[in-house]
Amino acid sequence: MGWYNKRLAKSLWVFHVSASPCNNCDIEILDLLTPRYDVERFGIKLVGSVRHADVLLVTGVINEKVAPRVRRVYEQAPKPVFVVGVGTCPISGCCFKESYNTVPRREDVIPFDLYVTGCPPKPEAMIDAIVKLVGVLNA
Amino acid sequence: MKASILFDFLVFPGIVFTAGLGLIAGWLDRKVSARFQYRVGPPLFQNFNDFFKLLGKEAMLVKEGVPWLFVAAPLAGFAVISLVATFVGTALFFGRDTGGDLIVVMYLLMLYSVTIVLGGAAAGNVYAGLGAGREVKLLLADELPFILACLVPIVHAGYRPQLADILARQAEHGMLVGSVSGAAAFVVALLAVQAKMALPPFHIPEAETEIVAGPFIEYSGPLLAFWKLNQFMMFVVFPFLLILLFWGGFQLTGPGVVWGVLKYLLILVLMIIIKNTNPRVRTDTAIAFFWKYLSPLALAAVVLAVLGV
Repeated sequence: MGWYNKRLAKSLWVFHVSASPCNNCDIEILDLLTPRYDVERFGIKLVGSVRHADVLLVTGVINEKVAPRVRRVYEQAPKPVFVVGVGTCPISGCCFKESYNTVPRREDVIPFDLYVTGCPPKPEAMIDAIVKLVGVLNA
Repeated sequence: MKASILFDFLVFPGIVFTAGLGLIAGWLDRKVSARFQYRVGPPLFQNFNDFFKLLGKEAMLVKEGVPWLFVAAPLAGFAVISLVATFVGTALFFGRDTGGDLIVVMYLLMLYSVTIVLGGAAAGNVYAGLGAGREVKLLLADELPFILACLVPIVHAGYRPQLADILARQAEHGMLVGSVSGAAAFVVALLAVQAKMALPPFHIPEAETEIVAGPFIEYSGPLLAFWKLNQFMMFVVFPFLLILLFWGGFQLTGPGVVWGVLKYLLILVLMIIIKNTNPRVRTDTAIAFFWKYLSPLALAAVVLAVLGV
C-alpha cells in the first residue's frame, strides 16, 4: 500500500463541495489555481465531477437543506476519498452557529479528515493543510 | 512472423511505447499550457502518477443506463487506439504494412469516436448524454475535411492507400508538405485532428464549464484511467499519422532520429499552441467552420493533387 499511497499523494484531484458557504472560502480556493500559488506543481487538479475526486473540499456551515445532498455527494465519490473542511464554518459554525438552520453536528453528515482554520483561510494555510495530508499518506 | 506482430502490437510501436510516450506528451501539453499562463506546471511523471492512482481507485458502475456497455466502451477505445498506433508506427518506423492501410486507419479513428459516444450514452446521465450527442455532431463536422485531406497523400502515391507506398513516394519526391496541395491538406488535417482529439477550441463534447466532463462524467477509477490513457495515446498517434502522411516519415538511423523527433515536437507544440490561444467555439460555429471553409479548401487540395501540383 505504501507505493500506492505515494502515487495518491502526488496526484490529489480536488472536488469543491459548496455546503451553504458565504462564498468567501470559495474565492480563496480558486486563488490556489492562479499563477501565484499554482497547486498543479504538486499534481493537484480541480475536477468538475465528483466521480473523479480524491479530495472533497467542504466549505460553509452545513445547513438542514444541503445536508442530505452533501451526504449523497460523499457517497458518490469513489473511495479512497478525503474530506477537508475549509474555513471556520465546518469547524465551529462561525457566526452562524446559533442559526435555526445549521446542522448541530457536522461530523455526522460527512466524516472530516482535516480542517483548515481561518475566515477565510489564506491560500498558504490551505497549501499547508494539503502538505499535511500528503505527509500522512507518505508516512 | 506471428511473434513479431505480437511484439509490434504489445511493445514497440504498439501499447507500451505509445502509452509511455503519450503520458510524457501529455505532461508536455500540461507544462506548456502552464507556461502560457505564467504558472510552473506539473512535474515530469505527473501523468504516470495520475494513471496508477486511478487504477487503484474504486470503479463505480451506473445504476441507470447499460452497465456492460459502460465498462466495455473504454476498453474497446483502448483496443482501437492501440491498433491504430501499431499500424501507423510499423509503417512509420519500419516502412512495412501490418495488414492495414490508410482507409483502415481512418475507419478505426472514427470508431474511437463511436466508442466515446457509446460510453457516454450508456452512463444514464444527462450531461453524459449531452456530451455524447455533441461528440456525434463534432464527428460529422470533422470527418469530411479529414477524409478529403487524407485523400491528398493517396492521390500523390499513385492512388494507392498503403501507408508504405505513401512513405516511399515521399522518399523519392520529397516531403508532401512542400507541395501546394500537401501544405493545404496538412493545415486542414491539423485542424481536423484538433477536433478529433476534442482539444480546445473544439472541446465541445467535454466542455468543463457547461457539461462538466461530458461523456466521462460518470467514469471513475480504472475505467477513467483507460479513457485518460486513450487521450494521451492520441497525442502520439495523431502526430505520427501527420508525419507519415505529410512530413516524410521517421528514419530510425543517424540524423533521421533527430529530424523525426523535431517533426514530432513541431506538430505537438503546434497543437498545444492552437489549444491555448483559442476559446471554445459553439457547435454550429464548428460545423460551419469545417463544412464551409475547410472542406472546400481540402477539396481544392485534392483537385490540385490530381493535377499534380
